[in-house]
Amino acid sequence: MKYIDEFRDGALARGIAARIADEVREGRRYSFMEFCGGHTHAIARYGIRELLPDGVRMIHGPGCPVCVLPIGRIDQVIGLALGRGAIVCTYGDTMRVPASPRPGPDGQAGRGEGLSLIKAKALGADIRMVYSAADALTVARQNPDREVVFFAIGFETTTPPTALVIRQAHAEGLRNFSVLCCHVLTPSAITHILESAEVRQYGTVPIDGFIGPAHVSIVIGSQPYVHFAEEYRKPVVIAGFEPLDVMQAILMLVRQVNDGRAEVENEFTRAVSPEGNVAAQRLVASVFELRERFEWRGLGEVPYSALKIRPEYGEFDAERRFGLHYRGVPDHKQCECGAILRGVKQPTDCKLFGTVCTPDNPMGSCMVSSEGACAAHYSYGRFKDVPVVAVQG
Amino acid sequence: MAKKDYIRPIDFRHGRVDMNHGAGGRAGAQLIDELFARAFDNDALRQGNDGALLDVPAGHRLVMATDGHVISPLFFPGGDIGCLSVHGTVNDVAMMGARPLYLAASFILEEGFPLADLQRIVESMARASREAGVPVVTGDTKVVEQGKGDGVFICTTGIGALPAGRRIGGALARPGDVLLLSGSIGGHGVAVLSQRESLGFEAAVRSDTAALHGLVAALLAAVPEGAVHTLRDPTRGGLATTLNEIAAQAGVGMRLQERAIPVRPEVQGACELLGIDPLYVANEGKLVAAVAPAHADAALAALRAHPLGRDAACIGTVVDDPHRFVQMTTAFGGQRVVDWLTGEPLPRIC
Amino acid sequence: MQRLDGDQALVDLGGVRKPVSLALVPEAREGDYVIVHVGFAIGLLDAEEAQRTLALFAEMAAQQAAGGEAAPAATDPVASAALR
Repeated sequence: MKYIDEFRDGALARGIAARIADEVREGRRYSFMEFCGGHTHAIARYGIRELLPDGVRMIHGPGCPVCVLPIGRIDQVIGLALGRGAIVCTYGDTMRVPASPRPGPDGQAGRGEGLSLIKAKALGADIRMVYSAADALTVARQNPDREVVFFAIGFETTTPPTALVIRQAHAEGLRNFSVLCCHVLTPSAITHILESAEVRQYGTVPIDGFIGPAHVSIVIGSQPYVHFAEEYRKPVVIAGFEPLDVMQAILMLVRQVNDGRAEVENEFTRAVSPEGNVAAQRLVASVFELRERFEWRGLGEVPYSALKIRPEYGEFDAERRFGLHYRGVPDHKQCECGAILRGVKQPTDCKLFGTVCTPDNPMGSCMVSSEGACAAHYSYGRFKDVPVVAVQG
Repeated sequence: MAKKDYIRPIDFRHGRVDMNHGAGGRAGAQLIDELFARAFDNDALRQGNDGALLDVPAGHRLVMATDGHVISPLFFPGGDIGCLSVHGTVNDVAMMGARPLYLAASFILEEGFPLADLQRIVESMARASREAGVPVVTGDTKVVEQGKGDGVFICTTGIGALPAGRRIGGALARPGDVLLLSGSIGGHGVAVLSQRESLGFEAAVRSDTAALHGLVAALLAAVPEGAVHTLRDPTRGGLATTLNEIAAQAGVGMRLQERAIPVRPEVQGACELLGIDPLYVANEGKLVAAVAPAHADAALAALRAHPLGRDAACIGTVVDDPHRFVQMTTAFGGQRVVDWLTGEPLPRIC
Repeated sequence: MQRLDGDQALVDLGGVRKPVSLALVPEAREGDYVIVHVGFAIGLLDAEEAQRTLALFAEMAAQQAAGGEAAPAATDPVASAALR
């Protein structure tokens, strides 16, 4: 596969790994946060950790849009499917996110085991997995007598497709289609981490730099990150999603830290420009506007961090159409998803990890999505937690 | 004037399964006669009894295996539910080291299912059965109301003969064993996925569905009795699931080399586009073997000499590991755990 | 990449073809490489930059004083118009 295989070359990887090992300063620790589900996945799947020297630590940030979905939003979706009989179309990763138990017959809070979309489906909810927003539109056209709701999640990469389908629905005059918009914004999340209470309290979330997301940056460009580099004095290197890209970006970050620089560098020059995909940005601006606040799982309410549908397209806004109210629901008391998403704790710090909370029985969203820090660690890195296991090459 | 004893033949081109076919009366008998018995045709079936009277070779023990087939779509590049149901059960028997002898097949038909499709499926099954040399000696048909089935479900059960003294099983894999894979992975799953509308891509990928008992026989003949400890075919859940099953059964760990695992470029491309990992994609014509190290070379050569094992490769070893981890050195040079599959292999977003 | 009707195009990855929407990358032309996400092309891949990046990696690898690192893997010259 051209432009893919070359970026996965093992020999080159060893070369870059050796350079990183050369350039890290003796006794200094480097902590870098990667903020892109694709990066979390690449690091896990290719086993990049093993190629890094001991002094370099990778922290998984809240780059997984499924992981930051609060319980309350899943509840809304389940309510639409079970309670209002709508056909709900969703990306696959959301199917297993744990949410609240089924509400009682007169709407009071339910008790017992929590539902998820897949469990609601088993109860009769018409929930369909789609690979693309366009598929949801197809379902709406094929089922003119039913309400069809598209559960729109994701960062800036997935937002333009949603904008396109809303415009398309408007142009076709579809009467049965709406979108539950839970699109979130990358820069707000990063700011929130840097401004979080722990940072101010301990002065240390020791994040020395960020690996900027791949796909998101294709859309928003490299320009928006300049703010972080300048304001917070943290280097940012935007990286492609192949493993060599990630290794190279880590090397570039190490160099910036050593040099005392805090700049925005672009490793992903083959796809990311300073201004990004302007056509896509304009499209998004025409359909969406900023929400004043939005709850992120584990981060609480974050101001100006998410989007809602503009009044001009109000008929396609599921919240308006169905008169939905948002009700926040707290996580399981011992679930450490919040701290893990902020990079303050590791999966192994969570009491529930690997025992009560496993990929088969997730308690929190970090375990549900294959890009969540806990799921990635469970699937790919668990063997490292066990001191006895010696890995043979 | 109507001909005496005239029975109108079934219209396979335009007819559909209806509730009469399952009622146990003449319509059902006619369907069995004109379709199933005619296609599978053998001595046992010709007896027309409720069960089949069978001979078992002396000095052998019996192996039995069963499989339900609910695949959708029913027809896919490289195969269909019919031949799949034959291959699947023949393979399960073969993975015990037994010679498959007989098959039983039970059909659950949905009211309204086109007889043309049923005929196609049954003829494909019959062909697969003949080519494998394993006759379908007894069977059953039932019909369920429209909406209560998915066209057709097929359940096959197979019996095989295991020579006295031979033991092959998951629990017998032991540290030091060499892991052999008979060919490239992921083909069947991708071929099936390519048919599902919502994915809409045309892949030049065909299912690898095949009967493996010939390959197994060639392998066992090439090494001393007892050299092959484990045989398994990586079907649902893919190679990763199968290896984890064996590791759990035997209480061992495994170390794999990603570079050694054959994956065709088209399968790799399809998996890339869908965001799924070929290690977890189903295969229907491949096997994994755990072989004593002294005989690994001979075993590999035997696989490669057979048409179904041309791309066979040594993919790793069995090791001592109380945690039963299946670990892999990635082509990139890192290490990862190849864990059990959780839920469906849903693609990533982000 | 080949154009189909309207916004649709066919992309090819290692011999596998899939229709995607080009609505977000209207300037894409046949033979271009695009980056695909959830059924939509979201950006063009600049082949020159890709080569430059690969050369950079190779340089990194070659500079290794401990030596012995082989030259970077040759890219397959007959790779089809694969894209991402």
